[in-house]
Amino acid sequence: MRIGVITFPGSLDDRDAARAVRLAGGEPVALWHGDRDLRGVDAVILPGGFSYGDYLRCGAIARFAPVMSELVPAARAGLPVLGICNGFQILCEAHLLPGALTRNAGLRFVTRDLPLRVENTQTAWTRAYTAGEQIVVPLKSGEGAYAADPGTLAGLEASGQVVIRYAGDNPNGSAAAIAGVRNAAGNVVGLMPHPEHAVEPLTGPSADGLGFFTSVVSPGVLA
Amino acid sequence: MTSLDTVARAESSADLPQPYAELGLTRDEYEKIVTTLGRRPTGAELALYSVMWSEHCSYKSSKVHLKQFAAKAPPSGALLAGIGHNAGVVDIGQGYAVTFKIESHNHPSYVEPHQGAATGVGGIVRDILAMGARPAAVMDALRFGPAAAPDTARVLPGVVSGISFYGNCLGLPNIGGELDFDPSYAGNPLVNALCVGVMRHGDLQVAAASGPGNKVILFGSTTGPDGVGGASVLASAAFGAGTGDAAKRPSVQVGDPFTEKLLVECCLELFAAGLVVGIQDLGAAGVACATTELAAAGTGGMLVRLEEVPLRDATLGPPEILMSESQERMMAVVEPARVGEFLAVCAKWEVRAAVIGEVTDTGRLVMTWHGEPVVDIPPASAADGPVYHRPLARPAAQDALAAADPAALPRPADGAGLRADLLALLASPGLADKSWVTDQYDRYVRGNTVLAMPEDGGLLRVDEATGLGIALATDGNGRYCRLDPYRGTQLALAEAYRNVAATGARPLAVTNCLNFGSPEDPAVMWQFAEAVRGLADGCAALGVPVTGGNVSFYNQTGTTAIHPTPVIGVLGVHDDVRRRVGMGFPAADGSPAGGPAAEGPACIVLLGRTEPEFGGSSWAYLRHGHLGGRPPAPDLDAERRLAALLAAAAAAGLLAAAHDLSDGGLAVALAESCLRGRTGCTVRLPSDPFTWLFSESAGRCAVAVRAGAEAVFGRLREAHGVPGETIGAVGGDSLVVDGCFAIPLAELAAAHAPTLPALFG
Repeated sequence: MRIGVITFPGSLDDRDAARAVRLAGGEPVALWHGDRDLRGVDAVILPGGFSYGDYLRCGAIARFAPVMSELVPAARAGLPVLGICNGFQILCEAHLLPGALTRNAGLRFVTRDLPLRVENTQTAWTRAYTAGEQIVVPLKSGEGAYAADPGTLAGLEASGQVVIRYAGDNPNGSAAAIAGVRNAAGNVVGLMPHPEHAVEPLTGPSADGLGFFTSVVSPGVLA
Repeated sequence: MTSLDTVARAESSADLPQPYAELGLTRDEYEKIVTTLGRRPTGAELALYSVMWSEHCSYKSSKVHLKQFAAKAPPSGALLAGIGHNAGVVDIGQGYAVTFKIESHNHPSYVEPHQGAATGVGGIVRDILAMGARPAAVMDALRFGPAAAPDTARVLPGVVSGISFYGNCLGLPNIGGELDFDPSYAGNPLVNALCVGVMRHGDLQVAAASGPGNKVILFGSTTGPDGVGGASVLASAAFGAGTGDAAKRPSVQVGDPFTEKLLVECCLELFAAGLVVGIQDLGAAGVACATTELAAAGTGGMLVRLEEVPLRDATLGPPEILMSESQERMMAVVEPARVGEFLAVCAKWEVRAAVIGEVTDTGRLVMTWHGEPVVDIPPASAADGPVYHRPLARPAAQDALAAADPAALPRPADGAGLRADLLALLASPGLADKSWVTDQYDRYVRGNTVLAMPEDGGLLRVDEATGLGIALATDGNGRYCRLDPYRGTQLALAEAYRNVAATGARPLAVTNCLNFGSPEDPAVMWQFAEAVRGLADGCAALGVPVTGGNVSFYNQTGTTAIHPTPVIGVLGVHDDVRRRVGMGFPAADGSPAGGPAAEGPACIVLLGRTEPEFGGSSWAYLRHGHLGGRPPAPDLDAERRLAALLAAAAAAGLLAAAHDLSDGGLAVALAESCLRGRTGCTVRLPSDPFTWLFSESAGRCAVAVRAGAEAVFGRLREAHGVPGETIGAVGGDSLVVDGCFAIPLAELAAAHAPTLPALFG
């Protein structure tokens, strides 16, 4: 499986996402924000970072990158897409996922290893987990408070589109402690915590995040 | 600009009064410039010399002392580049080299905490980048006035948010540092930023403009009026006792970490493509410094067309352009035939670049403004700067300070008293849980962080296949140095060295940030001279060379100087980071978190000798407000043996945990290891529990030896000549000191965790 990782100006966790793909047995493929080309990959990851410095609303400029003109129709056609942190923010700005990410409730950047509950495994990126499974993955963001209008939130809950929820303290004031959501089809997932930083115990709090990458790399085995 | 002060005009108006004093130059220095040039300087030349000859850039008061670092340097095969470069470069094996340096941003961080601290990170990262390395991590050593002081509530959150903003957005993990409080830093906080970078041996770049005809390219951010006079007016003068500090705010630069991130990636691509002949970062003194240093280190001449410098404020003239400290800029020397390729790489990364001049063989640094010469100087005259032998004198009060022996202080009478003292120490701002600060930093980005704060040292993986890694620690102790700057500096060096060794790494090299008051005060100059002598002697004894550093003088308000505070950074190499040793006590089955299970509880061995040493100690200061006596006696030979033992024991997989003993002694170290590992311990102390618990004797480390490995470790310890006592075992959910007290983990945490959140929200 060839998994593309897009580098925007200001992307920071692109190498980490590529490493996670490699550890999961996939082949990472570097994609460049300025190319209108997905290079025939089987799935795409939008990594963490501060695209364009996030001096404007997070992800607001990156959604207009040339590569997005290829990604958006491909995602709507079913290509598996994962947005991590800044990638999640970009997917929301691009309207591939509902809702928005706003300043943390404490108004400070938060780096913390957090217990998360996998609420939904009917996605391209979480099928390696079991529903209700608890994992420990780092969060590191300043604008990670998930927000959506009450109708949207109710709809997400009813249709099982809440994929990841903070299982302990709500670290940033996210609505309904939502840490990650999916689109209706389940091929597009975004989350604020960083599963690519929990792929080996040596450099992370656990290897619990690896399941996101094995889910898409070996869907047949793990489905 | 009403009238341009050209070289021609300077020649014809010799007696024009010039504002040299306002720019921080003395009458003698001004006259030396006139003698060098054979005429009065132009306005642009005066600006250039004023920043180049500032204390901050020229090291004019410290140079005569700093020579000792090279003169006394121990033989080391590991140095690829030493003092005098942007940063020293150390060979760590397997074809890898590491460069690291620590630098102060104290004055800007007091005037404008957020931007001051942010641009401190940005500046040191460019130093590392200029050596050819990919920046890999940062650390920050921070010191503030009393934690409860209203001004600390202004400065500390701003400094932390600035470091968080810049470092996180730049994508560099923050892997450690220090946080301390003392009234001597009120009005003069210390913000010292360290960066470490990694490269292959062949990637080393040079800061020299060689090859006549080669083009000089300025790239990165545009040049604005921010930071004009940052090096001369702000960093090279003490703060006034009144309210003049607000007037210095415009001297603080404004950071743009996004542009710096692009600049990093752009430079690394330029280096990889072989497009760069020479490169220099722009920091203090901006274009003035980069042009003079590149020219002085190269063929010797350079022609610069200042109107080609891309500006963000069109009203700037030559003096402001030369003095501006606008951030995120680099200067490169490029062969004419490769300029097109160079500019294409810049365009890919959306980095602005402009050819502003070329290398010449005239021996002169000439700058023009729309064709009119405004600077024409021999570059070495500006780059070398004056040298002062400042008077120094041991202050009379030093004897009284040494005589105030802490042995006379009342000690806790029983177990309940010892218990209360430990809890009070753990709750004190300098020893309390630092998560309020460190949770604002990204420690994960780049995916190679093996250990980060609150661990003794930060540990980074360099090679995924072999496990080769590097460890780093910074330490400083103003109280020890106030009592005895020679000994105090060696204690700081020894602690950083020990902290690196505690992870299982072998210490290799040293960087330093020397924070002191005014060099014009003979008492301060004595402290400085003693500290430098102590560090040079200490490095020789430990066998680790100083590879570079930074001096920050004028950390004083009025006539009151800070405690002398040399902050020492030590770099070590770890042969296999998978064998790293953390500080947290392992769970009761003997296995560290994530590691293989062992049988039975790990036993705790206290390595080193414990003497009744309380001079400058946390206990004396926090429980009695006492600062006096002698600081602990360093034993550098013992430190060397201890470090060798720790590395050997880690390599053999004998240790489940290791934690250096420092502030607060064994009591605080045990509590920290319990909290980190969420596991208790029970210890029995051989004699007088007060001394064993709170003495700050150097050269000590508490280790948890894996069950079954006790005999092997004991033989290894004896072979290394390290004294040690088995004092107890890991396990349970309390810190128990037999016959004295028991403190449940929850109570330890309740003392340790809430202090900083309660102070800073």
